[in-house]
Amino acid sequence: MGEVPLRADLVLEYPFTRTTGPIIGAFLTGLREGVLTGVRRPDGTVMVPPAEYDPVTSEPLTEIVEVGQAGEVVSWTWVDPPRLQSPWDKPHGLALILLDGADTPMLHAVLVDSPDDLVTGMRVSAVWREEREGHIADLYGFAPEEVA
Amino acid sequence: MKPVREVAVVSTAVHQVPALTGTTEVQLMVPLLNAARDAVGLTQADIGFTCSGSSDFLAGQAFSFVQTLDAVGAFPPISESHVEMDGAFALYEAWVKLQAGEVDTALVFSYGKSSPGSLRDVLALQLDPYFLAPLWPPADAVAAIQARLLLEAGKVSGEELAEIAVRSQRNAVGNPNAVRSSPDVAVEDVMAEVPIADPLRPSDLAVESDGGCAIVLAAGDRARQLCGRPAWIRGIDHRIDAHGLGTRDLSRAPSAELAASVAAATADLAIGSLDIAELHSPTTSQEAILIRGLGLGASTEVNPSGGALAANTLMAAGLVRIAEAARRIIDDGADRALAHATSGPCLQQNLVCLMTGV
Repeated sequence: MGEVPLRADLVLEYPFTRTTGPIIGAFLTGLREGVLTGVRRPDGTVMVPPAEYDPVTSEPLTEIVEVGQAGEVVSWTWVDPPRLQSPWDKPHGLALILLDGADTPMLHAVLVDSPDDLVTGMRVSAVWREEREGHIADLYGFAPEEVA
Repeated sequence: MKPVREVAVVSTAVHQVPALTGTTEVQLMVPLLNAARDAVGLTQADIGFTCSGSSDFLAGQAFSFVQTLDAVGAFPPISESHVEMDGAFALYEAWVKLQAGEVDTALVFSYGKSSPGSLRDVLALQLDPYFLAPLWPPADAVAAIQARLLLEAGKVSGEELAEIAVRSQRNAVGNPNAVRSSPDVAVEDVMAEVPIADPLRPSDLAVESDGGCAIVLAAGDRARQLCGRPAWIRGIDHRIDAHGLGTRDLSRAPSAELAASVAAATADLAIGSLDIAELHSPTTSQEAILIRGLGLGASTEVNPSGGALAANTLMAAGLVRIAEAARRIIDDGADRALAHATSGPCLQQNLVCLMTGV
């Protein structure tokens, strides 16, 4: 018999399920419904995306607040080529976006063809996937807001 | 934490290369651990506590550090610990152990071999698992968003960033553990580079490297026996900022500022009066934040080794900063040195270590 190399497949897996909890879970459920939510902090400001505890004071946060579907680019960069595992298959902007009604910006894609189409302060609005499952990629990204 | 015992770095060993091919982490660490121990005439039997830092994400295997203990020599059994962090944080744990007074010597080491994978993508996995990691933002893109905030707020100019890149490449000449150096690179050369993570250019980003570092610590008279001029740790502190990128002011590193002020107060040293500072800055923009935030003076030589920009070994670059700063006290007669280590995106977590020669 010829030499057959010993072979053993290894599948890296995380064979547990976790609950995402009342705040992050609400945000993800909101994504499924096509709604963006944050959480109100003790100082009255709204943090998006939300957390169960205040990042500065550690106080529990409970009041979920719906925020706007549009906002302003606070800072940005350009991702080219797109990353293999990411939700995007072509070059795209990556930006911190301050949604209307939010006080902290969130990171997501800006869907434009070229970095020349990106500028800090530009208005963008949410682009949703048709099939949504309660995942951050339900939000496909943000597109420049139509100028009326 | 106020030290109750004098603790010093008494020996260091560093090895960094662009990529370790055909060399395991154990093979990497055997000569480094031997070098650090041999320099002060110790064997593993003389070491009271051993602490390491490394990443299972790089090794692709749980508890990968256990294998690297083969390089240490863990029989007969040793007192040992590990952090899934840069070795600078393992050094902090060893320093605390020495403060407790149960041991007089400690061996600290860390290593990283990121070349088999795509580190800029692997680092996406350190981000928030619900909101960010599934988007796979590459590490340089996240840093670029921070850099643009700095530039557009007028806190730093593109020329200043290029000057930092040039200083690193020039200082790295002659450093055998730097993987990017140039004796004659100029600001115009850097400014002419095409950004790869707009606005950051290739020279703004630290060069990835594989490698490791080993350090021996000793307390009080034991340190004086082992080393002619120990690098005494007079103040050391580490702090962390919130992990949400939008929940903190990315144009500053408040945790670095706090760690520096606590370490300086403990050491009774003015940060503005130091001879050298070795900063773990994965980008030029982050180095600009650190220089300003730590309060370094104009007379302080920043990154005489070239710094992490010249070779950024994940899990070891922070410990290498402590080794480089300590070596300049031990061998070159520097009096006061700062070493900094960072972890997480956009300078989220920071450690500051202040050392003196007397």
